[in-house]
Amino acid sequence: MSMTTSNTNKSPLEFAEEWLDEGRKLALATVVETWGSAPRPTGSQLVIDGEGNFEGSVSGGCVEGAVVAEAFDVIESGKPGMLEFGVADETAWEVGLSCGGRIRIYVEPVEAGNG
Amino acid sequence: MDSNLLKQLNRAKKSRIAAIVVSDLDAGTQGLFLEGDEIAQPEIAREAKVRLRSGKSGIAQVEGREMFFNAHVPSPRLVIIGAVHISQALAPIANMAGFETIVIDPRTAFATPERFPDISLYGDWPEGVLKAQPLDAYTALAAVTHDPKIDDLPLISALQNQCFYVGALGSRKTHAKRCDRLLAAGITKAQLDLIHAPIGLDIAAANPAEIAIAVMAEIIEAFRKRGNSDGAKA
Repeated sequence: MSMTTSNTNKSPLEFAEEWLDEGRKLALATVVETWGSAPRPTGSQLVIDGEGNFEGSVSGGCVEGAVVAEAFDVIESGKPGMLEFGVADETAWEVGLSCGGRIRIYVEPVEAGNG
Repeated sequence: MDSNLLKQLNRAKKSRIAAIVVSDLDAGTQGLFLEGDEIAQPEIAREAKVRLRSGKSGIAQVEGREMFFNAHVPSPRLVIIGAVHISQALAPIANMAGFETIVIDPRTAFATPERFPDISLYGDWPEGVLKAQPLDAYTALAAVTHDPKIDDLPLISALQNQCFYVGALGSRKTHAKRCDRLLAAGITKAQLDLIHAPIGLDIAAANPAEIAIAVMAEIIEAFRKRGNSDGAKA
């Protein structure tokens, strides 16, 4: 184990900065709330570009597909959105969490600042 | 998220400075605060402080609004000076507790991979290793060689770089002599008081593994209570 950060260990936010510099359109998904045995802790992040490329994770892979779909809407509209997944949720039949937990995911656009 | 905020946040993370992003989930607005920044709104300030200390992100209601606090806290490190018996227990315990741990000892008879399997080990003088991997506020330093030639320089460096924990092995008598040497080297009395010596919580530890647990408990206490004037040092 080395104490220096390696490039292969880039965080989602580092990817976001890099992709933004390349002129890609981006959305950032963040786990803002969890109940029960959620696969990834609150604060976990996933960055998605307009082509559906993504880095990071907000679940063990169970809901990333749905988050990417939401990201396209967010990139398009420029407005943030909230997603909720869990066994009690109807969508659980499609993309629910096998672990039985529930999560809320905030999806926001990443945009060039004003100044 | 605004690109300027993103860049500032990444810069803070790279420099191992704790940062928190506060998002108003209703309004879609956002702010970034670095550890030590003044936050005007008292409720937000209180919540941010607690979360920066614990490193736990989460939602809080502030004046009826749903706010998300995303804490980005550098991962804690432990630098152990001395590849001694205590270190053989302390290094794996610290790794298990989530501390990225390295062991430094120029005495290559001690610093062998056989004695430290799966541990980042440096059979060099601390001076060179610490130049390449500087100590910082999210690093703990435990000096356990008993040898001033090896321990003193990293102790001085840890105090100057404001490591959240500085511990040194040795009896009170040994420590008194060490304090004289460090004072002569330009360390202040106030800085000396930050050294945990004798090292480790007083649990009447009777062997190296028990001492390692006492040291680890003290390090965790210092880490979780950092920035809290009541509990920074017992």
